[in-house]
Amino acid sequence: MRPFSYVRTSDADAAARAVGANPQAKFLAGGTNLLDLMKEDVERPTQLVDVSRLKLTEIRPARGGVSIGALATNTETANNPLIRTSYPLLTQAIVAGASGQIRNMATNGGNLLQRTRCQYFYDVAMPCNKRAPGTGCGALEGLNRIHAILGYSDKCVATYPGDMANALYALDAVVRVRGANGSERTIPIDDFHRLPGNTPETDTTLKHGELIVAIELPKSSFAKHSYYLKVRDRASYAFALVAVAAALDLNGGTIRTARVVLGGVAHKPWRSREAEAALAGKPASEASFRRAAEAALEDAKPLSHNAYKVELAKRAIVRALSRASRLA
Amino acid sequence: MKDDDFDETPETGLSPELTPELNDDLNDDERALLDEMPDLAGDVGHTRRLFLGTTIAGGIGLFALDLLAQEQALAALQASPDAVLAADAAVQNLVKVAFKVNGAAKTLELDSRVVLLDALRERLALTGSKKGCDQGQCGACTVLVDGKRVLSCLTLAASADGKEVTTIEGLARGEQLHPMQAAFIKYDGFQCGYCTPGQICSAVGLLEEARRGHVSHVTEDVTATTTRLSDDEIRERMSGNICRCGAYPGILAAVQEVHSGIETKHTWHFVEEEQLARVRREDASETV
Repeated sequence: MRPFSYVRTSDADAAARAVGANPQAKFLAGGTNLLDLMKEDVERPTQLVDVSRLKLTEIRPARGGVSIGALATNTETANNPLIRTSYPLLTQAIVAGASGQIRNMATNGGNLLQRTRCQYFYDVAMPCNKRAPGTGCGALEGLNRIHAILGYSDKCVATYPGDMANALYALDAVVRVRGANGSERTIPIDDFHRLPGNTPETDTTLKHGELIVAIELPKSSFAKHSYYLKVRDRASYAFALVAVAAALDLNGGTIRTARVVLGGVAHKPWRSREAEAALAGKPASEASFRRAAEAALEDAKPLSHNAYKVELAKRAIVRALSRASRLA
Repeated sequence: MKDDDFDETPETGLSPELTPELNDDLNDDERALLDEMPDLAGDVGHTRRLFLGTTIAGGIGLFALDLLAQEQALAALQASPDAVLAADAAVQNLVKVAFKVNGAAKTLELDSRVVLLDALRERLALTGSKKGCDQGQCGACTVLVDGKRVLSCLTLAASADGKEVTTIEGLARGEQLHPMQAAFIKYDGFQCGYCTPGQICSAVGLLEEARRGHVSHVTEDVTATTTRLSDDEIRERMSGNICRCGAYPGILAAVQEVHSGIETKHTWHFVEEEQLARVRREDASETV
């Protein structure tokens, strides 16, 4: 690991100022991804500003919904009674990820910022436009079994690896951030992560020095009919090949509104408005779910080793919607 | 054996002075065996023959001597524990960490890069916590920080400042093992033992999470609260601890017994004298 200076602060503004003042500085919270990447020499900060003691851990009702502290741990969030009863999709998504130990360490803000597990990104001997812009994409014509089928560019085919964010996209979350000058702004979750385009080195729309302080969820009508389905190489403690966050607002047997968000298929959680449009106003039936699945994957363009993901994603959508509607 | 077989000291680090003795210690059979060995090309064969000679002549004793010499050389080079930690780089960005480890207050001055696992092992001589993958994938380094199970390989020692750390060494009360330790022994919850400290610390953390009614990936209804874990719940909740030996059935039985008080029946037992006698009678032989 390269040398870095370490400072800890209990003041959010001081933290944002410290990172804002040094282009090579980073916030440290749970460290479950950052420390790993520093050991691999992928991340090379010259300063870490430890924000893990900031009092941003509260999970409280707010404006009919809930405000979730950025520094509450994944474990605290998933097991919070309000989250479990009003946003069970979020609980399911969080506990589908990582391990008990890692969820005890990982914070909600850090979770949003975790980086891809593309093996070319992790291996500093390999080309990777995300890690070293301009060096090319090793995965485009390489081993791309775990890579994207939607929304990628010829610069980067990596996927966003997380689970929690997939649920947040389905639940219309808003990310509240504080800048180095102390001002706050909110970012709708759909605008938070980026598609790679020509600048895959930039994962999110956060500016350097901006600190995530909370994740806000509006009142939800999906609590009764939602389901998080994760498909992976082994039954636990692995990243998703394909994940589906499915949520339905039902009026009897008819779908009022739906949310379908795919994980493991793109550079960001992939909300399929095509699938959602195909479901609105339709009966909650397997036939409807199949049509939605077809609509969601219509634009999918698999790479040389991941054609399986297209069919897998379709079946996963049907299954997740079936579980959400309690048909299966 | 030709004398020039020992004219230099390759990777084993054996000193030349030892080799005449080594040669003398070989009996005639061993000498013949070594002479019959076909010469292998280059250093590989050379080293292999030296290895064989060393093994036959000195057994583990010479290797121990060799290790001792290496350690002494290392100790001469590196005067302080800090130097060992820093390896090929000087200590930089010194941070002071004051925390409680297994109930005792400790204060360390460390390079900011030092992770909790290395601080425990290299500075506090608590080598129970193991370094497996060193990147958060195996769970061997699991310890409890403020009562919660975490990975010490992905925790900066600096960020443990002011916290209470419990390692495998801190679970027993004197000679009285923690119930989880006793259960792992009872159910053979290990084979080589390398992952065991992490498994046990993880299981102890799991018990508290279960008491608090935490849910998991296999919990059917996350809106309901239960504190009673099925075997599948325990399997899922222990999935962050990998066991290369595959001692999972024993681990599961141990965790389940401590969690629920339900004993898992042994499916085997040592043979009893009476059974042996019966088999002998039936076989009319004494070979069993």
